[in-house]
Amino acid sequence: MSGPYLLRRLAAAVGVLWAAYTVSFAVLYLLADPVATLVARASDGTTLTTAELDALRVQYGLDQPVPVQYLDRLWAALQGDLGTSFVNGQPVTSAIGEALPPTLQIASAGLVLAVVLGAGVALTATYARSRWLAQALMGLPSLAVSLPVFWVGLMLVQLFSFQLGWLPAVGARGPEALILPAITLALPTGALIAQVLVKSMGQALAEPYVTTARAKGVGPLAVHLRHALGNAAIPALTVLGYVTGNLLAGTVVVETVFTRPGLGRITVSAVADQDIPLVQGVVLLAAFVFVVVNLVVDLLYPLLDPRVSQAVPA
Amino acid sequence: MTELLERGPDRAPLPARPAEPGRGRLLRFLRRRPGLVISVLVIVVVLVSAVFPQLFAPGDPNLAVTAERSLPPGPGHWFGTDYLGRDVWTRVVHGTALSLQATLIAVAVALVVGGLIGLLAGFVGRWVDEGLMRLVDVLLAIPPILLALALIAALGFGTTNVAIAVGVASVAQFARVMRAETLRVRGTVYVEAARAVGTRWWVTLGRHVLPNAAGPVLVLAVLEFGLAILAVSSLSFLGYGAPPPAPEWGSLVAEGRNYLATAWWMCAMPGLTIAATVLAVNRVSKALDGEWGRDR
Repeated sequence: MSGPYLLRRLAAAVGVLWAAYTVSFAVLYLLADPVATLVARASDGTTLTTAELDALRVQYGLDQPVPVQYLDRLWAALQGDLGTSFVNGQPVTSAIGEALPPTLQIASAGLVLAVVLGAGVALTATYARSRWLAQALMGLPSLAVSLPVFWVGLMLVQLFSFQLGWLPAVGARGPEALILPAITLALPTGALIAQVLVKSMGQALAEPYVTTARAKGVGPLAVHLRHALGNAAIPALTVLGYVTGNLLAGTVVVETVFTRPGLGRITVSAVADQDIPLVQGVVLLAAFVFVVVNLVVDLLYPLLDPRVSQAVPA
Repeated sequence: MTELLERGPDRAPLPARPAEPGRGRLLRFLRRRPGLVISVLVIVVVLVSAVFPQLFAPGDPNLAVTAERSLPPGPGHWFGTDYLGRDVWTRVVHGTALSLQATLIAVAVALVVGGLIGLLAGFVGRWVDEGLMRLVDVLLAIPPILLALALIAALGFGTTNVAIAVGVASVAQFARVMRAETLRVRGTVYVEAARAVGTRWWVTLGRHVLPNAAGPVLVLAVLEFGLAILAVSSLSFLGYGAPPPAPEWGSLVAEGRNYLATAWWMCAMPGLTIAATVLAVNRVSKALDGEWGRDR
């Protein structure tokens, strides 16, 4: 791996993160009035004196001019300090850290399920001899992306928890409580994976090496799995950053539907309370995940596909 | 249909079809694509119920009949009644206006802002292009729903704010498509000819570039319409939309959530309406993509 390329990609990634910080700062601190939120929170209905207001402003650093605030907060963020919650004064990083494990659980379960479902549908659809079955399977992803996620979750609860009594409706206790949220989360993501994979499988199956393999007498299933899939999976990897971001964002709705603790839940309540530092923290985390996943995919790409040269990044 | 005639030689050749009277062609079209016809019908019904809800549901959406609480779907109450005895069908029909209005605002914001950014970046080029596209890259790095949530945290609650937030969250995609098309059109001979005869730049932009570059972005707008319905209803399901008494598709599902165990229709029916509308819109946008969109 060549050094300059790595450095250039790293610099670009840091640039995107910095810009994400700036955009979220502009949206949250300039568009909104943080002081109004603080007052509503701290006053409990009583009117605050000017002195108390000033003390609040100083406590959260809102007394400074905007450029100074921006630089101060950016400097703190670079050192891993994303400020403290307006609601309970807890540091944002620790609030996010506490909420992360349950979210990672359903997000990773959702990812595995999405890959299995998406790849399964895509492979069966491209392998199927019957035109009718292939058409039906290819219609599934566009159906899945048209359904509202929250509604799918609620319908699953109604069916599997209330009607059949197989699975718990809410909460995060035990592995069986993970099944319904993971399915709900995996449906739109799996649909996306299926769509991308169907397309790249179609391209791979039209390549000369597939014709060669067939001419040698390799069976259709082996051609499909051993020759085409490996090459078709590589372009599908490029949507991984998007997929991970989607999963993270999907937990906002899924955790609300299934009343699970986690990042999505604290995001929902942070937005409701206008807890600006916490909202910014979540947005930055999402951007960070997106940037890191994309960076890793970009760096792995030449290893998986030797035809891609790093010297000429696409 | 004129768009079909404008296809250049680089496009897929159209199947040769003998000239036939308009009515016969229409009938054959209807027979061959029943899904598309149903989709258009669904969209028409949704649009009509947004403007004239009384046509499909003459009742009052907030009228509670205590004797008819939590009735399952059946004659008289297609979608059942809710925990207060209000007709769910009437509430869904009357909620269409609010949901559709929010969706339209969202799509309009995304189309106008994203389109302008893309047009400017593609037409002016150089550092303007560089700067605007870096901004677009950043917006793409944040999942749309989180970006929308951040905007709601800043702007406050309400249907309009939700709509604006959803619209801004999808500006980036529109900007990218519009920029790519503008770049393509800017390089064509007729734009060069316009410049050669001394046409002013804004005339070139408005008369030559914009009309020829607008196709794909308009197709994207139809697709975005479906996504925006989903996003708006998700956010109103989370409780950031219209305050409770007003019927709205997402909040109707949220209302029914507490009665899920005993009265599934309160959730299921508004949700099905959302799903049917989005499916119909996506079907139509797929058809349009085949006609107006560029092969990507």
